[in-house]
Amino acid sequence: MPVTPLHLTDGAVAIGGRPVLRGIDLRVESGEFVALMGANGSGKTTLVRALTGLRPLTSGTLELFGTDLRHFHDWQRVGYVPQRLGAATGVPASVWEVVASGRLTRRRLLRPLSRADRTAIKDALEVVDLADRARDGVSQLSGGQQQRVLIARALAGEPELLFLDEPTAGVDLPNQLALTAALGELASRGATIVLVAHELGPLAGLVGRAVVMRDGRVAYDGAPLADHQVHDPRFAEPHLHHHHTDGHALRHDHSPHVSSPLEGGR
Amino acid sequence: MLDIFSYPFMQRALLAAFFTGLAAPAVGTYIVQRRLALLGDGIGHVAVTGVALGLLTGIAPTWTAVTVAVLGAVLIEIIRERGHTNGDVALALLFYGGLAGGVLLTGLGGQSAARLQEYLFGSITTISVGDVWITMAFAAVVILVGVGLAPQLFAVAQDEEFARVAGLNVRAYNLLVAVLAAVSVTIAMRTVGLLLVSALMVVPVATSQQLTRSFRTTLGAAMVLGMVASVGGLSLSALAPAGTRVAPGSTIVLLSLAGFVITWPLGAWLRRRHLRSTPFPALPPDGTTTPHDAAEHPHDHGPDCGHAAIPHGDHVDYVHDGHRHAPHEQHYDEH
Repeated sequence: MPVTPLHLTDGAVAIGGRPVLRGIDLRVESGEFVALMGANGSGKTTLVRALTGLRPLTSGTLELFGTDLRHFHDWQRVGYVPQRLGAATGVPASVWEVVASGRLTRRRLLRPLSRADRTAIKDALEVVDLADRARDGVSQLSGGQQQRVLIARALAGEPELLFLDEPTAGVDLPNQLALTAALGELASRGATIVLVAHELGPLAGLVGRAVVMRDGRVAYDGAPLADHQVHDPRFAEPHLHHHHTDGHALRHDHSPHVSSPLEGGR
Repeated sequence: MLDIFSYPFMQRALLAAFFTGLAAPAVGTYIVQRRLALLGDGIGHVAVTGVALGLLTGIAPTWTAVTVAVLGAVLIEIIRERGHTNGDVALALLFYGGLAGGVLLTGLGGQSAARLQEYLFGSITTISVGDVWITMAFAAVVILVGVGLAPQLFAVAQDEEFARVAGLNVRAYNLLVAVLAAVSVTIAMRTVGLLLVSALMVVPVATSQQLTRSFRTTLGAAMVLGMVASVGGLSLSALAPAGTRVAPGSTIVLLSLAGFVITWPLGAWLRRRHLRSTPFPALPPDGTTTPHDAAEHPHDHGPDCGHAAIPHGDHVDYVHDGHRHAPHEQHYDEH
């Protein structure tokens, strides 16, 4: 019996004193493909940030691979794909370099890249079908291709548990298909995948379980839903106007995410 | 005229310039990557207080400057990390506080303004043997850390949140960059002066990224450019006509800027060329291209038809009317 990769008990997150997530119990078993869904501002991005340790829990316990987050150091087992490439940096970076930085979890200080490192980086680039663009600057790629670079970066670390924050938002269909193929490949290798999605699109075929968030709570947890069911009134934000006033955390969830991936803030 | 290079003071100055020129862009690259190009400037202002403290107490200004600069850099980094809305204002307060404090302390110590000016605008030719050793040691540390920890520092500067999930101690690496910046500011203050330090950290990086596509080549090229500018600028100032006094700091920075002015149009041209040669995204399988009738085009595209030619895989496209033509039998395919 493999160890449970992710187990959150009674998790709560408050941002600026205002509760954003409450009473979340989430247990993800090894090899599962889970989609976190929900309306804008339902807290799904905050949840994935809490699960990766980027956003501290105000209460509750989070265990990654059976270890409490505070004592967890096995970060090479965890991969994270942010919504988009961070704020435009002032210095160019090649696709290969960005993907290679995903290998840091497994590299020791001041050691050159090993043969295994190079193989993993090359493999990750091939999985997302960008091996021929390795020497190009990331800023020269389209938004969808940049999203694939970010996925390759996470894959290079060969994670067992992969978090993705809206990987398909603002990505055109051919890129969504390429991305689906990459995730399918990863899932077939036995990885556990948790992804935030507003709409699944071509990913729907891969998802084995849907968790629908509403108003900072889990409203549904079970078999995957069709996109339109997620927006069922039962799951919709009941009093939207209260929560859209000054929400710092909600800012991430506003669609559209279509704007250039390089202009994003923090 | 060239015998000036045989004087020991000039050789010391050249050594210091060589090492400073290599070290400053090594840190500068990470600073520019994090969009903190003016951080060096801020640390330079704070270091003025350190220099004045040294002049006042009689301790070597290099040591007081490096101490105060490191403290200032750490403080700036903490403000930046916590900083929400007023981060830049807090930084400005620190900058001007440092500069004003330095001027006040120098006055209190009864030192002439000329003494402080050596540090504000550099006075590389008065550098002592001991200072050269300190400069070389500090520069070596900066270069070794900046190049040796490049993978980690790159990851943190590129995407802080990803680095955190990858288990890197983001705060420690950010502080490390701030401390390295403070050290480079201190060693560069003798060469180009505290008020021009930032130029040596930033301008070579701005120049090299005009022509590079990867981080490592940017870093390497910036270090070479910084070194060439320092040594070249110093030599230029030494060769200034008799009877004039040209401060090396000014020639170093101006030479560095000249490099940028030369490469910028080249970089702009390269970027435009790249944009034009970028293939259009692959069309979905059913989206066939609409072939153009050759009759619409009175001429055959060729090397001198006047349309921009773009190599595309195994053939050449010609830019025509906002789209790209590939000759195909009796018509042109649009690519």
